[in-house]
Amino acid sequence: MSFDFDRLVVDDVSRHFGRRKALNRVSLSCTAGEIVGLLGPNGAGKSTLLSILSTLVAPSTGQVRYGDRTAQQAGPALRARLGLLGHDLYLYPELTARENLQFFARLFGLPQASNLVDDALTHANLADRADDVVSGFSRGMRQRLALERALLHQPRLLLLDEPFTGLDDGSGQALVARLKGLRDRGCIVIVATHDLDLAEGLLDRLAVLRDGRLLPVAASSASLRDRYRDTIQAAAAGASTCRGRHGQGGAS
Amino acid sequence: MTDFLRVAWIVMRKDLTVEMRSREIVYTTVFFAASCVLVFAFALVREGRPLEDAAAGILWIAIAFAGTLGLGRTFERERHTETLRALMLAPSDRPAIYVGKLLGMLALLAVVEAVLVPLVGIMFHASFLASPLLMLALLVTGTIGFASVGTLFAAMLVRARSRDVLLPVLLYPITIPVIIAGVRGTAALLQATPDEPMARFWVSLLVFFDVVFVTLSLWTFEPLMTES
Repeated sequence: MSFDFDRLVVDDVSRHFGRRKALNRVSLSCTAGEIVGLLGPNGAGKSTLLSILSTLVAPSTGQVRYGDRTAQQAGPALRARLGLLGHDLYLYPELTARENLQFFARLFGLPQASNLVDDALTHANLADRADDVVSGFSRGMRQRLALERALLHQPRLLLLDEPFTGLDDGSGQALVARLKGLRDRGCIVIVATHDLDLAEGLLDRLAVLRDGRLLPVAASSASLRDRYRDTIQAAAAGASTCRGRHGQGGAS
Repeated sequence: MTDFLRVAWIVMRKDLTVEMRSREIVYTTVFFAASCVLVFAFALVREGRPLEDAAAGILWIAIAFAGTLGLGRTFERERHTETLRALMLAPSDRPAIYVGKLLGMLALLAVVEAVLVPLVGIMFHASFLASPLLMLALLVTGTIGFASVGTLFAAMLVRARSRDVLLPVLLYPITIPVIIAGVRGTAALLQATPDEPMARFWVSLLVFFDVVFVTLSLWTFEPLMTES
């Protein structure tokens, strides 16, 4: 039943929702011990890509390989190696922080669940609120708890959708340090974020999506913000040139 | 198989814990089911004498209505927090999640029926205890048949915009055989002399429906829940 991988390959993946193309022939590969930043404007396809990587959404065309297997070939064992922190936090507001973590630890069949839960509560800095129901938590507290929920089973591939949402400066910095630690332990981390300040210095590689397409990112020592801006501007300029050509062609 | 049952048990226990905390679904469904019975009682009981054979139909209509309400609310809860996605990420066979949700739903309907049966019995002068084991068998098999399809549809429609309308529209036509079997079997037991052979026939038919519906639901749950 156990399965592991040290390489993730997204091969020519497209995803349509009706007539709308959320992802258009995206190819990407990541190796263990790497943090990849997934940037792009709203609606670029970041969350769709994360959903596909987490096996919750099937690609319309193309495939994702985890090591040498696809999600279908690996079966449920693959999900034991995936951690997902979505924009929604996947927590039960009626349950306490401890009950939430215990539920997911049991669901994943983790041995010594109680110890893992205690450690996770300490990491989330919620040990003193462990027996309070989650509905009374602030967004930042829920975010920290949700991150620990995603990490309980020590996933090989960690997918984070806007992980810095609601975090104060201290918690944001702690998350950055935590992610670097996971990278050093061989985790593949993919982070979709708009918080370029916190992501600066965290990301090993940048992938920029726009209108469902992965844009080429020039190698540069410039800041993350500048590289992202340049990539988007280059793509916009390319698109307008293309439209101009089409327009001329149509007129002539 | 052990892992499958373990996950189903954990999901059911979680659903019951959440419900014990909020008591939102059990109160609303029981209240709704009791209201249904009272409305029918006002319409169908004249001068203390109920319409003949009405009790069986009213019992099963109330179960179906309350069940639909409960199904919608249970999955609305998962949709609101998007926790259904987290459940689908568990490293086990996804149909185990379905079985867990189904067991939770059956527990809820058991509570509803524990209130409904005596209420219908009092309002419509129906003796449900004439053949208690057969009556229990009808309730159990009928509820499993209804809830098995209902749980699948409610999970499937969790992202649909018109899910509140679509659930009964899809559910009732498919579960009509279950409701008919439940009504006919119950009516057979409520006669002055209970017709036990006839009730046994309807129980066997319900068992057949249960096997078909549960098998089909287990088979289709994963492909339906993976957004393809």
